[in-house]
Amino acid sequence: MIKKTAAQMSASLTSGETTSVALTQSHLDRISEVDSKVKAFLHVDGENALAQAAKVDAERAAGKKLHPLAGVPLALKDVLAQEGVPTTAGSKILQGWKPPYDSTVVSKLKQAGIVILGKTNMDEFAMGSSTENSGYGPTFNPWDLTRTPGGSSGGSAAAVSAFEAPIAVGSDTGGSIRQPAALTGIVGVRPTYGAVSRYGLIAYSSSLDQAGPFGRTVLDTAMLHEVMAGHDPKDATSINAAVPNVIAAARSADVKGKKIGVIKQLQGSGYQAGVLARFNESLDLLASLGAEIVEVDCPSFEFALAAYYLIAPSECSSNLARFDAMRYGLRTGDDNGASAETVMNATREAGFGREVKRRIILGTYALSSGYYDAYYGSAQKIRTLIIEDYKKAFTQADVLVSPTSPITAFKIGEKSEDPIAMYLADVATIPVNLAGICGMSLPAGLADEDGLPVGFQIMAPAMQDQRLYEVGGALEAALVSKWGGHLIDQVPALGGAK
Amino acid sequence: MALTYDEVISKYEPVLGLEVHVELNTESKMFCSCSTTFGAEPNTQTCPVCLALPGALPVVNATAIESTIKIGLALNCQIAPYSRFARKNYFYPDMPKNFQISQYDEPICFDGYVDVEIETEEGSKQFRIEIERVHMEEDTGKSLHVGGATGRIHGAEYSLLDYNRAGIPLVEIVTKIVPGTGKYAPEVAKAYVAELRDILRGLKVSDVKMEQGSLRCDANVSLRLIGSDVLGTRSETKNVNSLRSVERAIRGEMIRHAELLNEGKKVKQETRHFQEDTGLTRSGRSKEQAEDYRYFPEPDLVPVAPDATWIETLRAGLPERPSLRRKRLKEEWAVPDKEMAAMINADVLDIVEATVLLGAEPTKARTWWLGEISRIANEKETAISDLSITPSDVAEIVALVAAGELTDKLARQVVEGVIAGEGKPSEVVAKRGIKVVNDDGALMAAIEKVCAEQSETADKVRNGHIPAAGALIGAVMKETKGQADAARVRELLLGHLGH
Repeated sequence: MIKKTAAQMSASLTSGETTSVALTQSHLDRISEVDSKVKAFLHVDGENALAQAAKVDAERAAGKKLHPLAGVPLALKDVLAQEGVPTTAGSKILQGWKPPYDSTVVSKLKQAGIVILGKTNMDEFAMGSSTENSGYGPTFNPWDLTRTPGGSSGGSAAAVSAFEAPIAVGSDTGGSIRQPAALTGIVGVRPTYGAVSRYGLIAYSSSLDQAGPFGRTVLDTAMLHEVMAGHDPKDATSINAAVPNVIAAARSADVKGKKIGVIKQLQGSGYQAGVLARFNESLDLLASLGAEIVEVDCPSFEFALAAYYLIAPSECSSNLARFDAMRYGLRTGDDNGASAETVMNATREAGFGREVKRRIILGTYALSSGYYDAYYGSAQKIRTLIIEDYKKAFTQADVLVSPTSPITAFKIGEKSEDPIAMYLADVATIPVNLAGICGMSLPAGLADEDGLPVGFQIMAPAMQDQRLYEVGGALEAALVSKWGGHLIDQVPALGGAK
Repeated sequence: MALTYDEVISKYEPVLGLEVHVELNTESKMFCSCSTTFGAEPNTQTCPVCLALPGALPVVNATAIESTIKIGLALNCQIAPYSRFARKNYFYPDMPKNFQISQYDEPICFDGYVDVEIETEEGSKQFRIEIERVHMEEDTGKSLHVGGATGRIHGAEYSLLDYNRAGIPLVEIVTKIVPGTGKYAPEVAKAYVAELRDILRGLKVSDVKMEQGSLRCDANVSLRLIGSDVLGTRSETKNVNSLRSVERAIRGEMIRHAELLNEGKKVKQETRHFQEDTGLTRSGRSKEQAEDYRYFPEPDLVPVAPDATWIETLRAGLPERPSLRRKRLKEEWAVPDKEMAAMINADVLDIVEATVLLGAEPTKARTWWLGEISRIANEKETAISDLSITPSDVAEIVALVAAGELTDKLARQVVEGVIAGEGKPSEVVAKRGIKVVNDDGALMAAIEKVCAEQSETADKVRNGHIPAAGALIGAVMKETKGQADAARVRELLLGHLGH
C-alpha cells in the first residue's frame, strides 16, 4: 500500500478499499522499519497521526464531503510550527520547544484532513545543501545510505523516496526543495514567492523563503501544492490572487507548441556528464512531444551565488536574533546571577551550529555601516539584474529549464568541510529564489557514472506555477512510458518494502 | 564654577533638537491584533507575533498608518508616496525580536513645521520649529529590575519582563536643529511640546499623557559661542515626563554644558536621564562610539504606498490647528487674555466651545465651567471631564437662567443636582421643586412683612437712602427661600417704599 501514489491512496480511501488508520499505520510501520537507517524524521507523531486518521475515517463513514487528500499521510519539515508538537528547525537552540500555534500551512493541511506523521530532519535553520548541518545528525539518501539526500529539506525528500510518506512539505530558500528532490529521485516544487503563506515558517531569509510540496509524481505534488497555496492576511508578503489550477495542469500535461528556453549559463563546465546526458535526453523528449527548444541568455546568473550569500546571511543575522534564551528554547549559563547578555551569549554559543554562526557573522558584517552599500546594496542590485534577465528570457520562452543540481548525491562528509563547494550545489536553483519566481525539479533518470538520480529543473514566471506542471507532467509521462514505470520504483528496498 | 542662566546666555547660543515619541491610541498593536489597553496584568496582551515566537510575522495596522499620515499633515509635512519599514538591530531583553521595526531612510512624512508662540517681556514672540521627519515604529516591552537600590539594572538581583507594551504603535516626530531661540530656548521647547500635544489631541490619535508615557520627549541640546556657526557637541536627555520638565531639563543642560566649556572641558556626546526631584540630568550610556544598528529594509513587510486621493481626504478632514482655534475663540468670545489662559490651563476650551455651540452665551458658559463646576471638581479631586455634567446640561441651565426660570443661586443647586446624578437640569428642577417665585402677589406679601419687621430700615429707604434696600431685599429672598428673582424684588420693594 505504501508504494502507491497519493492520488491512488486517495482513490483507495474514497472507494473504501482501505482506511486512513490502516494507511497511516502501514506508514508508521515503514518508518519503524527503515528510519533507523534513513533518519528522515526528528519526531514521529504516531499517536496524533492515528487519531487524525480515525477522525477522517469516521467523517468518511458519516458521509461527510472530504478533501481528496483527507486521510493521506504526510511528512512535515521541522521548519513549520505545529501546535503542541516539538518544532526545532533542526537546531539545538529550539530543542524541546512546542509551539502554541499552528503555521498557516499546518492549518491548511489539518483543514484538508491530511495526516501529519511527524517532523523531518533538515539543515539547521534551512542553512545547507546536505542535511548534514542538522543539530541532530544527518539524514541518509535512500538510494545510497553513504550519501546525503541533499538539503536543506533532506528529511522530507528522503522520507518520500524511502516510502515513509507519499508526500511531504519542504521549504526552499536557495533550492532546498528542488535540490534534495533531484538527489532522491522525486518531484519537488518551490512555488512563487508569496503563493504559500510564510506565517509559522521559521524564517531563515524572509525575502527568499517559500514552503512547497514534495511528491513521487507530478500529480501528487500538484495535489499538495493546491492545499498549501492561497492568500493569507497573516503574511504581508502573501499574494492576494487565485491559486493557479496546478492539478488541471498536471493532468493536461501538454507541451505542444510551448517554447522551452534552455539557460546558457546553467550547463557546461561544473556539471557532471551523466547529469548533462539525462538533461539533454529530456530536452529531446520534450521536442518530440511538440515543444520548441530555444536557448536563452541570462548573463547576470554568474553573480547569483555571490548575491545570495550576502542577502540570505544578512536577513538571517537579523531573523535569528530572537533566539536569545529569554522566552523559549535553550537557556544556558544562567547561574551565579549572570547578566542577560552573558546568558544570551552562552546560549547562542551552545545552541547554534557552525554553519549558522558562519552565516550570522557574514550577514552582520555585510549589514554593518560602511560595508552596507558594497555588500548588501550591491547584492540587491544583482537581484534586480537577475529579475531583468528572467523577464527578458520569459519573452522568448514559456518556461526555462536547466539541470536542478550540477551533480548527483554526494558522500556524507565529502563537502562538509568546504563551504564553497557545498554552496555550489545550489548554483542552478538560487536564481529562482532571487527573482521570486517558481521552479520544479523532477527525475530525469540515473547518471551513467554513479547510477544516482538526476533532476530536471523547470522555471516559470511568478504566479504561472501551472506551467511547471504542464511541462513537468508531459515530461514525466514520456519518461514513465520510456522506462515502463516511475524512477522511484528503482530505489533500493532498504528494509524490504511490503 | 557655578554659572547663572544669564551668564550662560550672555556667552553661548543654545541649539535644540527635539524627538517626541507618541503612542498612538489604536485599539490593536502596530503589527498584530493584541489589545493596547494601558495597565493590564503583565504579559496578558501578547501573541506569537509580539512575543517574536519562531515563525510569527508582522502585519501593519492600517489605522496606525492613517493616524501617522494625519499627524504628518497637521505638522505641514510632505507625505511620501512610497516608504518602507526597516529593521533596527540591537539586542535587549525587552525587545522580543532583538530588532525594532522602524523606518530609516524612507520615513512616511518629512519636511514640515510647527509655529509656536511664547509670551516674553517684549510681548509675544513666534518661532518656527522645522520638522525633519515623522515615522512609525513599535514600542518595546518594559523591564522591571528587582532587588537593587535604585530600580536600575545595575545592582539588581533579577529582572522581570512585561511584553504588553511590546508592539504598541509609536510615532516619532523629529525636528531639524532649532537655532535662534537664544535665551528663550527652554520656553520654546516647552511651547513646542505643548503645541504638539494639543495638535495630537485635536487629531484624536493619542492619549498624549506624558505621565503615562504616551508622549515622551528626548531633548538634544548643544551650545556654541554666540556668533559661531559651528555646532557644539550635543547631549540627549531622556525621561522628560512633563512640560515643566522639558523646560527644566533644557535650562539645566545649558548650564551644565556652559560650565564644562568655560572650564575648557569637552561635552560628552551621550544619553542623559532627567531627574525629576533635582532637575538635573545624570549620565546614561555613552554615545561616543556610534552604535551600528545595521538598518536594512524589513523583508516581512511590503512598502507603504498611500493613495493620493486618500491623503487629500485625510487633509480635508483635519481639525482646526489649536493655535489658530485659540485665537479665533478668543476673538469670537471677546475673552480677556487672563481668562483665556485660565481656560487653557484648566483644559476646558473644548467643553466651553461645545456649550456655546449649544446656544449658551460664551461668558456664561465660561463662568460655569471655570467657576462652580471647576470648584466641585477640585473638591472631589477629579477631572472636570469625569463629572457627570455635560455641555448640554450647562447650556440648558444657562437658558433657564436667561428665561428667568432660575436665579444664579438656584442654578447652582441645579448644577449640584446634575453632578450628584439626579438627572438632567429639568429633572433636578422638578424633583427638588426649585422654581423662581414670579407671583407678584406673593412677593408683595413678603415685602410688606419684611418692611413691617424692619420698619427702621424701611424708613431710611423711604427717606432716600437707597443702599439700605439691600438688607431688605436679602430678607425677602430669604423669606421666599431664594426662589424669587432678586431684580423683580428690588423693583417691587422700591415701588412699595415710594421710589
